[in-house]
Amino acid sequence: MDRTGKLAWLVGLLLLIVAPFIGVYPIFLMTALCFAIFAMAFNLLLGYTGLLSFGHAAFFGGAAYVTGWLVHSQHWTPELGLIAGTLAAGAAGLVIGLIAIRRQGIYFAMVTLALAQLLAFGFEHATSITGGEDGIQGIQRGKLFGLVSLDSDLALYFFVLAVFVAVFLFVLRVVHSPYGQVLKAIRENEPRAISLGYNVDRYKLLAFVLSASIAGLGGGLKSLVLHLATLQDVRWEQSGEVILMTLLGGLGTFAGPVLGAFTVIGMQNFLSDRVGSWTGVIIGCIFVLCVVAFRKGFVGELLAWQKRRKAKGGKPS
Amino acid sequence: MTELFGIPIQALFGQLMLGLVNGSFYAMLSLGLAVIFGLLGVVNFAHGALYMLGAYVAWFSMDRWGISYWWALLLGPLVVGAVGALLERTLLKRLYKLDPLYGLLLTFGLALIIQGVFQQYYGSSGQDYSSPDALQGATNLGFMVLPNYRGWVIIASLVVCFGTWFLIERTQLGALLRAGTENPALVQAFGVNVPLMVTLTYAGGAALAGLAGVLAAPVIQVSPLMGSNLIIIVFAVVVIGGMGSILGSIITGLALGLIEGLTRVFYPEASGIVVFVIMAVVLMIRPAGLFGKEK
Repeated sequence: MDRTGKLAWLVGLLLLIVAPFIGVYPIFLMTALCFAIFAMAFNLLLGYTGLLSFGHAAFFGGAAYVTGWLVHSQHWTPELGLIAGTLAAGAAGLVIGLIAIRRQGIYFAMVTLALAQLLAFGFEHATSITGGEDGIQGIQRGKLFGLVSLDSDLALYFFVLAVFVAVFLFVLRVVHSPYGQVLKAIRENEPRAISLGYNVDRYKLLAFVLSASIAGLGGGLKSLVLHLATLQDVRWEQSGEVILMTLLGGLGTFAGPVLGAFTVIGMQNFLSDRVGSWTGVIIGCIFVLCVVAFRKGFVGELLAWQKRRKAKGGKPS
Repeated sequence: MTELFGIPIQALFGQLMLGLVNGSFYAMLSLGLAVIFGLLGVVNFAHGALYMLGAYVAWFSMDRWGISYWWALLLGPLVVGAVGALLERTLLKRLYKLDPLYGLLLTFGLALIIQGVFQQYYGSSGQDYSSPDALQGATNLGFMVLPNYRGWVIIASLVVCFGTWFLIERTQLGALLRAGTENPALVQAFGVNVPLMVTLTYAGGAALAGLAGVLAAPVIQVSPLMGSNLIIIVFAVVVIGGMGSILGSIITGLALGLIEGLTRVFYPEASGIVVFVIMAVVLMIRPAGLFGKEK
């Protein structure tokens, strides 16, 4: 990351720290941060490994159920609930990943979609735990480590922000590690990575499990933020939404998924007050526009513009 | 003999027949997906939405203008095919040089739009569409009573599926199509209008989905969500069969419908997931799909 990049992140972090004090609704910020975590997880897979999972909602929503149920019905502390949710998502990721990485490209997308549907079906019918159509409602946030009450939105906000920063640094570390370099090699040219002697399947599987776990962490947090875990979080529409966030913000960039998550969540809040159920249609239109004419996303376009400017300025006049 | 494995034989055949009806829809939809994918390299997520559109064309034209089922069988595919041609010309054709994933994402967005618009007007509840007078009632086949309309769906879709297979595998037009799938640049060099062929192929696949929608309208409730519920199963069918073979997708679709029907008899709880489970098993044993070729 260059200096401008670091500066931009510092400014962003400062903005996030002061945001609840200058009148931004903390629930909105927390929801957006949870989805930002989800989108970062997704980006790790599609942006850096080149695997399009169409079933990531299963991990996000599944972990929301696990965390929500443990905290709500079993009275676990929130951090233990979150860890359990993350691990459960990781385990589900391991099973689905093992099956899905046997195919590539669009088949991979279709397989993940179908297997996620299988999980969603399970959640819908395990009514004694998930509450079926009603979901788990009124989840109490409890006390962090048994000490700090998260009932106040502000306290929970800083907890969510801390988790978000930790996830961000973790993803940064993964992508810049030798392991991350191999992932990028697989994305660019899988046969070549194989011929260089890398066990591509194992790298892909680990990326899938990591991504699923992080997505689960985001989902678990969301169940605490909104006191709610529902079927909506595990459905395929949700998988599509996280794709949109990542794509709109900028695939394979660090800031992209975060910006995309804030944009989409903000837009949904803004639109649902004004146009009600047309929101889904408008989101679909943005999806189509984004794929047809804006594939690099905000951050991707910005980087491309910077590059062009540099190329221009660098030329001898 | 009135029982088989402790199940009344009437019920068994009834469920098998129902499975075959579902299988006919799987076959028609996965056939369309396979044809589109073969030439365009696009996995058409909007296929379910187009199927729903076909059913709504039938219901709407009956409700509004009193257009009969038989005309709807013609009108549905025409309207949906035209919509398909429009989508291909305006949107899809911009993506052919890109990673096929973008085609999937674009059609996903389209599916959201189409489904959302219909939900806006019709909510999530279903509309009833009655089968035509000529096909009401049931026929006693001796071992079971077959509702006439279901028999008609099975026969009609078999005819359509094998007609499509014949068109693609046995005619001059089909030969061009297959050549275009193998090497579009070369076919274009021989003077064939490949872009037009691509548009017509997408329109044809869409029309098949629309026809399936019209056929389905009297057996299921016509609702905005009918397509999205089906498309994911059809994707699993396509993964199981592999998209390489036309005949393969027809057979896989019908077979999975039958298996689903059987599951409903012996273990009803699993009937909603049996296709996905089979998909997982097939992927472990034969990753390329039953009729697919490992590239």
